[in-house]
Amino acid sequence: MAGGIGSGPGKSARTYAGFGVPLILPAWLVIGIFLVVPIGIMLVYSFLTKEFRGGVVWEFSLAAYDQFFFDRGLFGDDPPQIEWTYILIFWRSIWQAGLATLLSLLIGFPTAWFIATRPASTRTIWLFLITVPYWVNLLIRTISMKFLIRDNGPLNTWLLEAGLISEPIHLINTWVAVQLGLFYSYLPFMVLPIYAAVERYNFALSEAAADLYASRFVTLTQIILPVVKPGIIAGCILVFVPSLGSFLAPDLLGGAKNFMIGSLIDEQFKGAAGNWPFGAAAAMILLSMVMLVLIFYARSQSRREET
Amino acid sequence: MARKPDLRRFPGFLPLTLLCIFLLYAPLIIVAIYSFNNSASITIWGGVSLRWYEDVFWGPESDKFKQAAINSFVIAVAAATTATVIATMAATAMLRSGSFRGKGASFALINLPLMVPEIVTAVATLIFFSAIGFSTGLLTILVAHIVFCIPFAYLPIAARMQGIEEVYEQAAQDLYATRWQAFRLILLPLMTPGILSGFLLAFIISLDDFIITNFVKGAGVETLPTAIFGAVKQGIKPNIMAISTLLLAVSILFVTLSYFAGRIGQNRK
Repeated sequence: MAGGIGSGPGKSARTYAGFGVPLILPAWLVIGIFLVVPIGIMLVYSFLTKEFRGGVVWEFSLAAYDQFFFDRGLFGDDPPQIEWTYILIFWRSIWQAGLATLLSLLIGFPTAWFIATRPASTRTIWLFLITVPYWVNLLIRTISMKFLIRDNGPLNTWLLEAGLISEPIHLINTWVAVQLGLFYSYLPFMVLPIYAAVERYNFALSEAAADLYASRFVTLTQIILPVVKPGIIAGCILVFVPSLGSFLAPDLLGGAKNFMIGSLIDEQFKGAAGNWPFGAAAAMILLSMVMLVLIFYARSQSRREET
Repeated sequence: MARKPDLRRFPGFLPLTLLCIFLLYAPLIIVAIYSFNNSASITIWGGVSLRWYEDVFWGPESDKFKQAAINSFVIAVAAATTATVIATMAATAMLRSGSFRGKGASFALINLPLMVPEIVTAVATLIFFSAIGFSTGLLTILVAHIVFCIPFAYLPIAARMQGIEEVYEQAAQDLYATRWQAFRLILLPLMTPGILSGFLLAFIISLDDFIITNFVKGAGVETLPTAIFGAVKQGIKPNIMAISTLLLAVSILFVTLSYFAGRIGQNRK
């Protein structure tokens, strides 16, 4: 049954051949029943009628999506106009997540490059330093940021004492605070995949470019960036996707005026709004957007492998 | 011939790296420092003291936090253990069982919890339990945590299994070990660092989760993050900074343990 002495490590005999299905079954069942099925039910709920104080009535309705896109006046009988409230919340989420991605890239790429070019012994230490915050509770990190940038928090106190500003900078409950929070939350996600790409980069390419009198800048933009692009794209997705659906940063740092998709959805279930079908519809729209990004990514990856 | 400049260096990358690390740590370090503040105000420095740690353990809110900590711990141990078992079986299927029906989809499924935004998972899980008429509580939190712990346990376990050549199990089988014996006596001991690392990561992820827990926890049941969030909603108090610092220390401890567990035996090639 087993490979025998002659079969080297390359030609493995697959010790547990035939047991694949029973071994994978628990993972299928748990994720299938408690994630895939729930998403299906959520899709169904988004087409049901809302019950006041949460929950649904089992009656088909397009009201949730209608409420998202159209404004029909207070009594619902005016001619439909585009409802901008929710579209603007989604738009704010998109550009704030986009800006967070850009900021993380601007500081994450040099960091990843620097770490990947260290000698192996110190590299693990640098990498460890980047990884630790990734595992620290996101709630605690957001609270730390909130504490730091409060009107009379340490940042303003020090800047005042240093004489750099004459009155406290008001950051909390502004979009800038949300921006800082998003950037701070997901920065390690940018560094790690770029690091992995740079580590595999062949420096003979840089040498060849230098021999042909390419400047540093040209080498960076024409040689290095195209080669490590997969890592950059992966990092951008890892920052953009969680930023888009973020709840803690807009809720704790942005206050009531800087709603993002996450806070809008939360409001339908936990807050005063209590509109489950609408919350389910908003979650479905968010999920579709994320899936589009991921499919786009998978496509570009498989095209890369073909060439 | 003149020595060529080092092509690996770019001016300004070192300062940017230091800035990156400074940005990542500064808020955490500041909160940790202020948690030792001997002042009822969170902004005015009143000297070093442990009074807010005392407050966390013996103060008026200590019962609430203790119960929340127990809930968090029990859920994290149970979720991480279950997820580790499921992930180990899944890794054996994916890496040691040849081809089987649905193998391609399995990889996507295992990683699905990482791809779906947390808030969407939270909504879907809440709606699911509501639809089947299951009342929310500790059990629903546990189930939700097992789901998203699976990919985090899977990654280090699969990475470790990939690094272990199959010849050891084959040798055992040549010596008339059954498959189960080969698994239990050969593969499992070799896998221990990876399994430990996977367990610890799943444990931290469960301990840290706020969004999904907040949706499926039900009234009156709190874990540490939801209790902290509830308290912060009324403003940051010094005891919150102390409890945050404690949780921070626990996270760092577990990541460090996981890091070293993953490295055990990696140097011998």
